[in-house]
Formats: sequence, C-alpha cells, structure tokens
Amino acid sequence: MTDATTLDVPEAPRKRSLTTVDSRTQKRNSAEKRFRAYGISAILIGIFFLVVLLGSILFNGVGAFQQTFINVPVYLDPAKLDKNGERNVEDIKKVSTFGYTPLIQNAVFDRVTELGIDTPLDSAKDMKALISASAAAQVRDVVIADPDLIGETVEFRILAASRVDGYLKDRVFREDLARDKNIDAVHLDLTDALREAGVITKTFNTDFIFGADASESRAEQAGLGVSMLGSFFMMLVVLILSLPIGVAASIYLEEFAPQNRFTDLIEVNISNLAAVPSIVFGILGLAVFIQFAHLPQSAPLVGGLVLTLMTLPTIIISTRASLKAVPPSIRDAALGVGASKMQSVFHHVLPLAMPGILTGTIIGLAQALGETAPLLLIGMVGYIATNYPDGLASGFLDPNSAMPAQIYEWAKRADPAYYERAWGGIIILLVFLLTMNIIAIILRRRFERRW
Amino acid sequence: MPTLWLFGLVLFLAAAGFLAARMRVMTAVSGDRRQLHSLPNYYGWNTAMKAATPALGLLVVWLIAQPMVIDSRVATLLPDQAVSADTTLGLVMSDVRRVAEGLDAAVAQGVMSAEQAGSIRAEFTDVRDRLAEAGVALGSNVSSEVLNAAQRYRTLAATGMLWMTIAVLGVACLGLAWSLRETRPEFRARNVVEQGVRAILLFAALVAILTTIGIVLSLIFNTIEFFRLYPASEFFGSLTWSPSFGGGSELGIWPLLWGTLYISLIALLVAVPIGLFAAIYLSEYAGPKVRAFAKPMLEVLAGIPTIVYGLFALLTVGPLLLEVFGRDGLGWMQAGTAVMTAGLVMGVMLIPFVSSLSDDIINSVPQAMRDGSYGLGATQSETIRQVVLPAALPGIVGAILLAASRAIGETMIVVLGAGAAAKLSLNPFEAMTTVTAKIVSQLTGDADFASPEALVAFALGMTLFVITLGLNVFALWIVRRYREQYE
Repeated sequence: MTDATTLDVPEAPRKRSLTTVDSRTQKRNSAEKRFRAYGISAILIGIFFLVVLLGSILFNGVGAFQQTFINVPVYLDPAKLDKNGERNVEDIKKVSTFGYTPLIQNAVFDRVTELGIDTPLDSAKDMKALISASAAAQVRDVVIADPDLIGETVEFRILAASRVDGYLKDRVFREDLARDKNIDAVHLDLTDALREAGVITKTFNTDFIFGADASESRAEQAGLGVSMLGSFFMMLVVLILSLPIGVAASIYLEEFAPQNRFTDLIEVNISNLAAVPSIVFGILGLAVFIQFAHLPQSAPLVGGLVLTLMTLPTIIISTRASLKAVPPSIRDAALGVGASKMQSVFHHVLPLAMPGILTGTIIGLAQALGETAPLLLIGMVGYIATNYPDGLASGFLDPNSAMPAQIYEWAKRADPAYYERAWGGIIILLVFLLTMNIIAIILRRRFERRW
Repeated sequence: MPTLWLFGLVLFLAAAGFLAARMRVMTAVSGDRRQLHSLPNYYGWNTAMKAATPALGLLVVWLIAQPMVIDSRVATLLPDQAVSADTTLGLVMSDVRRVAEGLDAAVAQGVMSAEQAGSIRAEFTDVRDRLAEAGVALGSNVSSEVLNAAQRYRTLAATGMLWMTIAVLGVACLGLAWSLRETRPEFRARNVVEQGVRAILLFAALVAILTTIGIVLSLIFNTIEFFRLYPASEFFGSLTWSPSFGGGSELGIWPLLWGTLYISLIALLVAVPIGLFAAIYLSEYAGPKVRAFAKPMLEVLAGIPTIVYGLFALLTVGPLLLEVFGRDGLGWMQAGTAVMTAGLVMGVMLIPFVSSLSDDIINSVPQAMRDGSYGLGATQSETIRQVVLPAALPGIVGAILLAASRAIGETMIVVLGAGAAAKLSLNPFEAMTTVTAKIVSQLTGDADFASPEALVAFALGMTLFVITLGLNVFALWIVRRYREQYE
C-alpha cells in the first residue's frame, strides 16, 4: 500500500516496513475495531433488554403462583347455620356469608389461644385482618354442598388476607404500615407466630391458574381460569374461520387468479391490512359487529371475529409462501395424467403445502392470542369475569374476558397485590405462546420438505 | 335458536341431496361408472352446492336486512313525543329492543304466556316488575309508547322469522329439485362443481377487500357524524384537548398528535441505531454460530405481546426512571408514566423489527459491490459505510418508515406507560398521551355513543388510519423499488 500523503512531504522519506504500522493505518484499524464494537454492543444491548424483560417477568410474577392459606378447624355451629335443625338446603342457603364470618374468626382466634401465642389482640373480631373476605363464601359453599357437616368441626384451608400474603412474599413491609388501614404491626407479629406454628402456610396456588377473577378488594382470590376459557373460545373462532378462508384466498391468488388489476388490488389490500394498527380493527369490530350487527358486547365470538380479520393477512402471506414452495413439476405431473387444474391443486399441491400452512396458522394464532388493543374496544375490559361459561353457546356468546385483557385489567387496579397477579398472568400467557411457537418449529423441522 | 336450526336443516337437505344425486346417477347407468361424464361424487357435490349456497346466502342477507326493515317500521310507529329532547331515536329504539327481548325471555321462562306478552298494557301492569321476575333488568319504567312499539317489534320479528324460514327452505328445495333434474350421466358435473369452488375461493379472497371497505366505511360514517356535532376546523385547529362528558368539550387533535410523534421519535431514536448496528453486525461480521444464536434471540423480542411491554413500562421502567430522574434524583419527572418511559419501551419493541428488515436489505446488496471495494483496499467497515449502506439506504429508510408506522399505531404501551394528560410540552419526562390511547379511553368510558366525546374516537381512528396507511404505502413502494434495482 502506498501512502498518498508521502507525496506532499518528499523531503522526509520515511522508512516504511510492512511489519510496523503507520499512524494512518492505525487509525483505520481502530476505526474498524470501533465499528465492530458498535455492532457487538448493539446486539448485546438487545439481548440485555430481553434478559431484563424476561427477568423482571419471572422475578415479579413467580409470587402469584404461591398463595398464603390459614389451616384451621372450623366448628360449624348449628345454632347459627341451621336454626330449624332440619338440615334443609333451602334454609341453609338463607344464611348469608355474614353468618359464617364470626365462625371463621372464632376458629382462628381459638387456634391462637390454643397455641398460647402472646398477642395483644384479645377478641375474635381482631382476626378479621388476617382472613380473606372471600373465606366465608368458601366455607358456605362447602356447607351447602354437604349440609350434614353442620355441627361438626371441619378442617379448612382458608385464604389469608391479601396483606398477610403480601407480607410473606415481601410485598408488604413493616415500614409501610403507618399508611395502611387494613393491617397493623400486631397482626404481622401474629402472622409470624402462626407461620412458625404451621397454621399459616404458603402453598402452590392452583386457583390462580384455574380460578375466576375477583372484585377489586379481593386480590388474593383472583384467578385467570375464566379468561383463559374466554381466550380459548376466541381462538376457536379464529381457527375455524381464518384457516379455511385464509387457505381458500391463498389458493385463489396463487393458483387461479388472472394477472389483472383486480388481483393486484386484492394483493395490495392484503399487504396493507397486515400493517393496519390493531386498534383500528377494534374500531371496525365496534362499529360493524356491535353497533351495526347488534352482536353481544364482550362476547368471545365478537373478539374472535375481530381477531380473525387481523390474523387473515398473516395466514394468507405464509400460506402463499408455502404454496409457492411446491415445485411446478408436481402440478405438471398431475395435469399430465389427466387431473383437472382444481384436482391437481386440492389432491397434490395442498397436501404438500400443509405443514407450512399449519406452521403459519399456529404463528398467526399465537399473535392473535397476545393481542389486547382491539379487545378493549369491544368491551372485554372492565368486565369482571367471575362466571365460567356453562356450555358451548354460552362460551361463545356470554360476556367474558381474555387472558391479555384480564392482565390489562389487573394492571389498572389500584392494589399492588394485583400487579403480582398481572405478572403471573404474563408468565402463563408466555407459556402458551412458547408452546405454540415450539409446536410450529417442530412441525416445520419434521415435515418441511426441501425440493 | 331457530336460525341455527334452519342452518342445520339446510345442511341436512344438502347432505340428502348429495346422496340422492349420487344414487340417481349411479342407477341411471346401472352401476357402470365409465358411462358417466364425471366421478359420481361430483354429481353429489353439484346438488349439495345448489341446495345449500343460494339458501344460505339468502339466510345471511335476510338476517342482516330484517332488523333494519323492522327498525324503520317500528320507528315510524313511535309518536313524536316519545323521542323527547333529552334522548335520541337510537336510545328509544334500544329501549324498545330491550323490552322486546325481555318479553321474549319472560315467555321463554313461563313468567308470562305468549298472549299476555302481546296484550299487556303499561297503563295497567308494571311491566318493569314483571320483567324483573324473568331476570331482565330495565333501567327505567316502560312508557306505553315504548311497550306498544316493543310488542309491534315482536310481532314483526316473529312474522319475519316465519317468512325467512319458508323462503330459505323453499330456495333450498328449489335448488335441490332443479339440480336433481339435471343430474344425468352426460351432465358435466365436474366442470360445474369446479366453477362453484372457484367462486368460493374468489369470495374468500374478497374478504380482504371487504375488511378494508368495512374499516373505511365504519370510520368515515362515524367521522362525518362527529363533524356534524363538532366543527372540523376546531378539531384540526384547536390546541387543547379537554373532553368533558357534560358538554362544552374542546377536542383539538394537536396535543394528541404531538404526544404520538414525540413518543415515536424517542422509540425510533432507541430502535434505529441499535437495530441497524445489530443488523450490520449480523449480516457482515457474525459467523454462522453467533448468527444462529443472536438472530432468534432478538426475534423473541418481536414475538412478545405488547401488553407485556405495557406492563414492563408501567411497573419496571417507569419506577426505575422515576428513581433516577424523579424527585429524589434530578427532579425532572413527576410520575412513572411519561413520554420517556413509553418511548424507551417501544424502542425495545421495535429493535427486532428494524434489525430483521434491515438485515434482509443489507443481505440483498450484491456481493460484487463489496468485493470491488475490498479490491480497492478498503477495510470492512469502510466498505459497509461507503458502499453497502449507501446502496441499501432506500431500503433502510423504508424499514424505518415501517417501524415508525408501527410506533404510531402502537396502543398498549402508551395506554399503560405514557399517562393520560394531553399536553403540548417539550419535556420528555412529562406525561403525555397519544391518539391511540385516547381512542381507547373515549370508547371504553360510559359515554353515549352518539355524543361527540365518544364519536371523536372515530375521527382520531381515521387520522391514525390515514397516517399509517400513507407511511406503509410509501415505505413499501420504496422497498419494492429498491429490491427491483438489484434483481
């Protein structure tokens, strides 16, 4: 390499060797190194964000899978629960949860005195702060299911209050108690003592995965189960509609469509629809399905229809790619032995393209499963999903929530206990997405054919 | 559900037609398939198709048209004073529908007999209480006009249903009979069926166009409705956004548009350098092993739903920024939700989007150009900066525009991370709001759909749609033109 600058300074001919680098080459080499470092650091930053994101999801969300329970024997007092003594279910149903609350408080208080725990709390009423507001309903349901239990002492595992749960999970701290009306330091001392005695335990929380949502003040009871069913029914609608329509549209465009302006229009349309913001699809769903067609609000059917329209472009694009990947020789061979064009497509091309189509469909479904914005507009938020759908028609038509909408709903609630649930919900959602993507990858690896 | 029954019945007719036609043509040639023009199943499909398609089409059209016809006929029945100053015709009509549904439910549960439902008078019976027995809660007492209209609605709906059943079944039977008549061995069944299938395929492809038309129409109609209630000059001219559901709101789009653009700008400032450098490293420097690891890792970021990013902004990034820039730190920030929070997180979300698009584009720059540059003695980075990037520039600009349109249309991150205050401010640590966030908040409130405060969401949606569509079309045009250059 000749150094051009030497021409300007002829009076000082430097000795140059290939082994010693001059300053200019040094500069160029370090510029090279710097450029390379920018690239590496860009990738590292990207991966760092991913790790932080996944880390904070796991760190914040794992707590939701554990729940604090109080194990106490509750004496089901016949004098309170069944005054007539006839064990008539209708009579027992008349006793509201207010009738059960004192029984549970007494049971916990008895346990405390029995264990000889030293605490300034000296009445059963003071136990209220430890016990979840939903505990009474829990006991009542058991009694109504089996009225013969009345008069006996039954071992119950009742939900502890949200603050107690938070204390054991390091979400509620003693320093913050001054601002908290729901619980005092004495209660926390008692909690510690009961924890040591094994009365208060922290166990795996199946209700979080399969349970129903709860009202704003009962974070300890809320679960994702009902909205999971809502998502399931929505995905069913998406699958039933978008797979056939998407495949049919792709077959038309790829195999039959004549080369003309109309076909171009359809193609441009599809690629533009793929980039329309999801919230706009929500507006479409609100205006067309709810305002115009009077379909029920918050119904998984409507959500499914909106998500179908959103997923269609994705499915069409991937289906067309896999149809295109089938070599023309297959079509020619079929036509050569006398098949019609339609027969060659449906009997030969489509089966060969099927793995690719399924992979694309699963990825489209995974996208639809995580989509939230359009669901907000068709009323899937603000609705408290407490009832399981009873049957197919109710699953499609009754108001329900969906997993991402439920997570959003929790994130908006004021109680920090719900934040933990929201992170936990995200873990479940991501597990579903991961499973779907892994299935798609396996499908592709196993069945994809290279021609 | 009589409609579902009707649907099932039509399908049953089609299935029966399939078997009948197949049998008929087979007996006609006494079992010798070689004398048939097409395979026997095609005769069956022909009949099934002709029995089902027109009937189901009629069913769909009828189901869409009937409520409109009934609504307009019932609406003329309502006396003028029923629609008083504080309500609109739409609200009264929805009352009518609710009462009619309530009467249906009451009859279904046996609280009322069918005759009673048709003859009760609001003057003599407390309809609200009676319906409450059937589990139908009504907001207010039922006036006699509304009850009359509801009863008329019910009778019209019942007659409509009856005629629909007759018409649909009639069409199905006609189709069945006609196609059975033409089922003869020399009938070109396969060709007819394939024509039909082709029509179905075409129809499926048209769904995409129908969706676009649906979007455009639903936006346009409601936007026009909005501009009738609220002047367009104010909407595009006013610098304040302060909706109040009591009336007298100021609905200027500029604060929202500014928030949207500001957040998108910060997002792009994060995503473009990181994404672009990542793409350059992956396509020019990285060995196959690094590439096989890093590329999917970055793409995981793209597969994470936006609600997750929203939560990440609200609960992790917001508090973190508040600690550094908040009252205890630099004092620039009031709350965790701010332009910076949303912008940063959105930037992270866009990294894989920018990187994979630019990766494709850089890869499509011909190797000969690089080789030429190396041959002249340029280092690798000089080649990239002076040869590859200029060649790929149009494509990269397209990719950035696509990312910008993503950022502008993104909803969940800004709903959770950006705050709710509509402000025109330059401070990125202040809470601002965006077009998408306001669409959500205006349509999820308790507002009446006919009020300008709710309808403004459609005008905002229209603006959003036009902006993102414009960006997309422009970006795709650039990318496509660029691709053609090297193909």
